[in-house]
Amino acid sequence: MAAFDVDYLEVIKEKVLKILVPVKRVVDYNVKVRVKADGSNVDLANVKMSMNPFDEIAIEEAVRLKEAGIASEVVAVSAGLANCQETLRTAMAIGADRGILIQSDVDLQPLAVAKLLQAVCEKEQPQVVICGKQAIDDDANQTGQMLAGLMNWPQATFASKVVVAGQQATVTREIDGGLETIEIALPAVLTADLRLNEPRYATLPNIMKAKRKPLETTNPETLGVDVTPRLKTLKVAEPPKRSAGIKVADAADLVMKLKTEAKVI
Amino acid sequence: MSEYIAPIRDMQFVLKELAGLDQVVQLPGCEEATPDLVDAVLEEAAKFAEEVLSPLNIPGDLEGAKWHNKAVTMPAGFKEAYQLFAESGWTALACEPEWGGQGLPKLVAAAVSEMWKSANHSFSLCPLLTNGAIEALVLTGSDKLKKDYLEKMVSGVWTGTMNLTEPNAGSDLAAVRTRAEPQADGSYKILGQKIFITYGDHDMAENIVHLVLARTPNAPEGVKGISLFVVPKFMVNDDGSLGERNDAYCVSIEHKLGIHASPTAIMAFGDHGGAVGYLVGEENRGLEYMFIMMNAARFGVGLEGVAACERSYQRARDYARERIQCTDIGVRGGPKVAIIAHPDVRRMLMTMRAHAEATRALAYVVAAAHDAAIHHPDAAERKRNQAFVDLMIGVVKGWSTESGVSMASMGIQVHGGMGYIEETGAAQHLRDAQISTIYEGTTAIQANDVIGRKIAREGGATLQALIATMRTFDAELAGQAGDHFLAIRKRLTDGVAALAEAGDWVVATYRDDVRAASAGSVPFLTLLGIVAGGWQMARAALIAQSRIDDGDADPFYAAKVVTARFYADHILSRARGLASSITDGAIGVMALPEDMF
Repeated sequence: MAAFDVDYLEVIKEKVLKILVPVKRVVDYNVKVRVKADGSNVDLANVKMSMNPFDEIAIEEAVRLKEAGIASEVVAVSAGLANCQETLRTAMAIGADRGILIQSDVDLQPLAVAKLLQAVCEKEQPQVVICGKQAIDDDANQTGQMLAGLMNWPQATFASKVVVAGQQATVTREIDGGLETIEIALPAVLTADLRLNEPRYATLPNIMKAKRKPLETTNPETLGVDVTPRLKTLKVAEPPKRSAGIKVADAADLVMKLKTEAKVI
Repeated sequence: MSEYIAPIRDMQFVLKELAGLDQVVQLPGCEEATPDLVDAVLEEAAKFAEEVLSPLNIPGDLEGAKWHNKAVTMPAGFKEAYQLFAESGWTALACEPEWGGQGLPKLVAAAVSEMWKSANHSFSLCPLLTNGAIEALVLTGSDKLKKDYLEKMVSGVWTGTMNLTEPNAGSDLAAVRTRAEPQADGSYKILGQKIFITYGDHDMAENIVHLVLARTPNAPEGVKGISLFVVPKFMVNDDGSLGERNDAYCVSIEHKLGIHASPTAIMAFGDHGGAVGYLVGEENRGLEYMFIMMNAARFGVGLEGVAACERSYQRARDYARERIQCTDIGVRGGPKVAIIAHPDVRRMLMTMRAHAEATRALAYVVAAAHDAAIHHPDAAERKRNQAFVDLMIGVVKGWSTESGVSMASMGIQVHGGMGYIEETGAAQHLRDAQISTIYEGTTAIQANDVIGRKIAREGGATLQALIATMRTFDAELAGQAGDHFLAIRKRLTDGVAALAEAGDWVVATYRDDVRAASAGSVPFLTLLGIVAGGWQMARAALIAQSRIDDGDADPFYAAKVVTARFYADHILSRARGLASSITDGAIGVMALPEDMF
């Protein structure tokens, strides 16, 4: 009996999860972005940057799984300029155990990021990757899905509830018609939706501890990934200014105008 | 509705480029405060201030703290916010690591606490008072008192108060009458009433540690017979758990102009036989110890002035951008414009912005000097910095808070009629700011302390050294080309000359005609504040210009130069007039006989 207990504990120990959470440094959600004068991109000079809010939710979920004794380690990974370190420190202040910075000054597009994460996954062998469902700068909503494809892992996107048990995850997804609950086998990629959790405020002692947590720096070349952009941005423009409203005489007039002027019905 | 956004960019600039965080981080004991850590701390504190404390500011004002049956209930949300605040470790930021603190420098603490104050003045008073009590206990408490109380206070599980004032002992603490009778077990029985006790009772924490001034039997008359006691709300058992309720009750709270969410308690000690108190340090040295708390608290209250300038500025600016009224001046029949286009609104906004930046710069520079005064390895440097801090704490307190009130008033003016209506929130800033010029020593108390103890008593030595530093800086300023810098230099030179002249007059007059000197004390404090603020704004402009010259395109730097220019022409230019009021104005102050009032 005693021997069985030990074996059982060994099994548990082996089975505890490592979770990888990719975090992106983006324009802070409070900032009103401006388009550069030449229309090439949005202006990022002297603009407040912070962690993509959906990635913060992803980190929070991973840390909660660790606090619940389900996960053994949470690794945050970020790709981009050297100051993505700050974003990784934020992730570590919330509770990630260590960080990996893939440093690059190339404009990293979703496929490139997915390939970089694939390389990191092959090295780190996590059982779960939790991404934010999308980044609030380009709203691409692609990286998690592409990573799952590249790894040939199952994916559960737009998660609003995650239950991990053994080698399975039960994930409630936010879909157009309501909620959908699916079971997937691990390893897998999850992407976090807004209602998955409410991220905590980092505590001062944890902010200070985050400074001492290990942060490894690598780059696309070392990981053997070609990150050359494949998409070309033709033009970035501000949305058209809202024009003044008009008063309609009655419902029929409204329907007529929606058909003939607005052309939406 | 204007929401508070912590001015992180200016805070970072002042910390890193003006007040010398790079030097503070070299001090023994301050090594943790590296620039990246400070950024992370500021970001997270800003988030807490903006998302947790600021949304409670108006509801807290409307609901107010409530008293019922000898206990205070805080407005909705305050208890939860305080618990999150304590759990997040913010109470421990600058406290000694020995008691569970994070030991971050006062310079960093200054920026972080400015955010609490701007976001929610009422809330910020609880940690302010607790910190003062912690400092007094760390420096003067017995090992037993430290062991019993400090850890819980540092972690914010318990809060602290300062019990000084009595109905007949306000600014005049010599009149304190609360009694302390020694008991056989070494404790004291405390009997008496205290008023104006900030957070004297509340429901946010499980225990409250009152530091109480009282007289032992046979104590000498006056300030030399006052002792300091720890009087807990609940007794503390040897194992640290809470015991019986002590005989220290809040018997009422005050109805006030502002800070409605901050309970201002009338405390009764010993109505039911006697409150148990423990002597802090030695008998009859209470006032000296209380001044330890007082100095920390005075600096903290000074930051309330900075915070009031900033918060009022943000609200007025946001309103001025939105409010459309009249066409642009000189344009007939053109489109209506936002009032921020109108020159006088601009003047008001610049005045507010310049005061926020100048009071912040001066306060943080003083905080950095305070760190050096405590931690510098060289005793002469510690002494030099301490002298500067001693001279300037009263100025940070008096000048910043007077500025806070004026700027909150100006903020209402920017709003026009809407500012007078409570719904816009501008009026609350004025009602809240007004207390800061009064508590922890009125502006006049600060000003008399500055001219008497800090200047005249030492023959003006520290002031002279400060003036010499400003004059040395003039050489740097002279090397910078450009109209803005010509104007700044002209005003600063004039201002420093006016300060030197008034300073000499104060030193000479204090000895021969103390009443005349005292009549000019508040104008002198204002003069010292304005000139020292102008000196920091000029330094800031020079640093900003060098960044611009190095090719940094951050518009922050260009704005800093322009704000310094405005400060020079519109605020520093008042120095000459103030000097005249000081040196020539005593007659007008005192000539009218009392019965003619």
